[in-house]
Amino acid sequence: MTQTLTRPATVSPPPPVPPRRKKHRDPGRYLRLHLPLLLYLLFTLIPFYWMLVFALRPAGETALVPWPITFEHFDTVWNGIGFGLFFQNSLIIALGTLVVVTVFALMGGYALARFRFRGQRVFLLALLCTQFIPGAMLLIPLFVIFKSAGLLNSLTGLVIADTAFQLPLALILMSGFVRNVPVELEEAAMVDGCSRLRAFFAVTLPQLRPALVAVGSFAFIGAWNNFLFALMFASKQDKFTLPVGLSYALGEFNTDFGALAAGGVVAAVPVVLVFAVVQRFLVQGLSAGAVKG
Amino acid sequence: MRTRTWAPYALIAPTLVLMAVFLVYPIASVGWFSLRQHTVTQPWKNGFIGFENFRRMLFEDQLFWQSLAFSAKWVVVEVGLQLVLGLVLALIVNETFVGRALARSLVFSPWAVSGVLTTGIWILLYNPSTGIFQQLAQWGIGDPGTSVLGDPATVFPATVVTELWRGVPFFAILLLADLQTIPNDLYEAASVDGAGRWRRFVSVTLPHLRDAIVLSTLLRAVWEFNNVDLIYTLTGGGPANQTTTLPLYVARKAVDSHDFGYGSALTMAGFVILLFFSILYLRLSKFGSRA
Repeated sequence: MTQTLTRPATVSPPPPVPPRRKKHRDPGRYLRLHLPLLLYLLFTLIPFYWMLVFALRPAGETALVPWPITFEHFDTVWNGIGFGLFFQNSLIIALGTLVVVTVFALMGGYALARFRFRGQRVFLLALLCTQFIPGAMLLIPLFVIFKSAGLLNSLTGLVIADTAFQLPLALILMSGFVRNVPVELEEAAMVDGCSRLRAFFAVTLPQLRPALVAVGSFAFIGAWNNFLFALMFASKQDKFTLPVGLSYALGEFNTDFGALAAGGVVAAVPVVLVFAVVQRFLVQGLSAGAVKG
Repeated sequence: MRTRTWAPYALIAPTLVLMAVFLVYPIASVGWFSLRQHTVTQPWKNGFIGFENFRRMLFEDQLFWQSLAFSAKWVVVEVGLQLVLGLVLALIVNETFVGRALARSLVFSPWAVSGVLTTGIWILLYNPSTGIFQQLAQWGIGDPGTSVLGDPATVFPATVVTELWRGVPFFAILLLADLQTIPNDLYEAASVDGAGRWRRFVSVTLPHLRDAIVLSTLLRAVWEFNNVDLIYTLTGGGPANQTTTLPLYVARKAVDSHDFGYGSALTMAGFVILLFFSILYLRLSKFGSRA
């Protein structure tokens, strides 16, 4: 196996650990590397495949390879059960959360990375502590707040709730990314007469593009996947999100498995695609010490 | 740049407001609710009752202790297995091989899937009539009609495997990120000294990963403690409350019976446990030691 010619150089950075084995074949390597990888891939992919099969084969059949495929289940869930609307609601909430979380995280992350101010330690401590406060445990008071603020059954309300719970971690991550951009660049621009704001937009922001992609995507995925808030705060069917719609598809006993699978595919495709794109940024960002702040 | 401007405060203001309204105030109000009788469906009975909720919780509520015990079992088993499998997976995809980028995307992908969707997928896989066990039975492996989620003997392992599917990638991603920061010189030096593969793993890799392992384990323990989506939709806490965790119990009190007062008392118990973990986490992460 020639390990030096595996990928075009543009796809990802050079492997940090150069291959220790050179040219000779090593049968132990298959046992140590390929076999466990294959087993794990099976464990990961069989459930996905199972869902696809159910989604694409006509009801009542049991073939493991569905052929001819049918889109009847997608028609059922999208038009019949209303997943089209749920999809739209989920998308609005996820995009809204993405924008708000990213902007606020950028502001706060910049403040943490570039300023020393009174109360900074307390603020950071509070951010870290939020990682231990589960939304599920706060359902009761949150419900009361949402009710008195008139935010029940409102997509805006869900954006606010998702933002509040995702912002702390996003902000910590973002401050790590900002810290990795050399402050000297910004200072040089300011010496040249830029205001701090101009310097930020002209010098630092372009460098933060991968950070924006990573933080934004996680906000999107988190909001897209949120279940309990949507279940609790949006009980009217026209405000259902995909996870809530799915949970009702699950709840009915003797489920229509084809419809459940098709609904699952609808819910899975956007996040799995987003994740496939940003997965690389995630590992790099964490590697660069973004979470060690 | 130490400044005395208002700029940093203006920048963190939105975060502070959101945290105050949606995190700090709710926590305070949980404390207040826990001292009250507060049921949405019977508002005429609402009122201050002191520590009555806690007395009921500690001395009369079997399900509280049962859910607490199950939470502990769930966290230990789930986090332990996720750590071991995640470490192995991280080591594998850190090697160089053909198709590594694709393999990483594939094995990490369940991380992006929601708890409810995970449930949906595994219900399809587990269902007794057209699931994977039925398929295996057709090939002569196992019995037809096996219902792993309905049988008290198999519901726990079945739930554990389902959450593993989604949880292992978290550890793998975090540990892979840390593996990539190990300088290659260390391995070369160890090799020169005659260290074999296992010895290099124990003497170089593991010590380097120590902090990442400790922190990811603690974070994950808290998240698994709080995990509601998956169990709520997969087993609903059943059969016979066998798989009810404390947060699930709280959520059911809130969603189903609208007993906010008692649910808040249960939440306070959860907070005490989480507080313990938070302090442990902050000490281990050496909070504030950064220059």
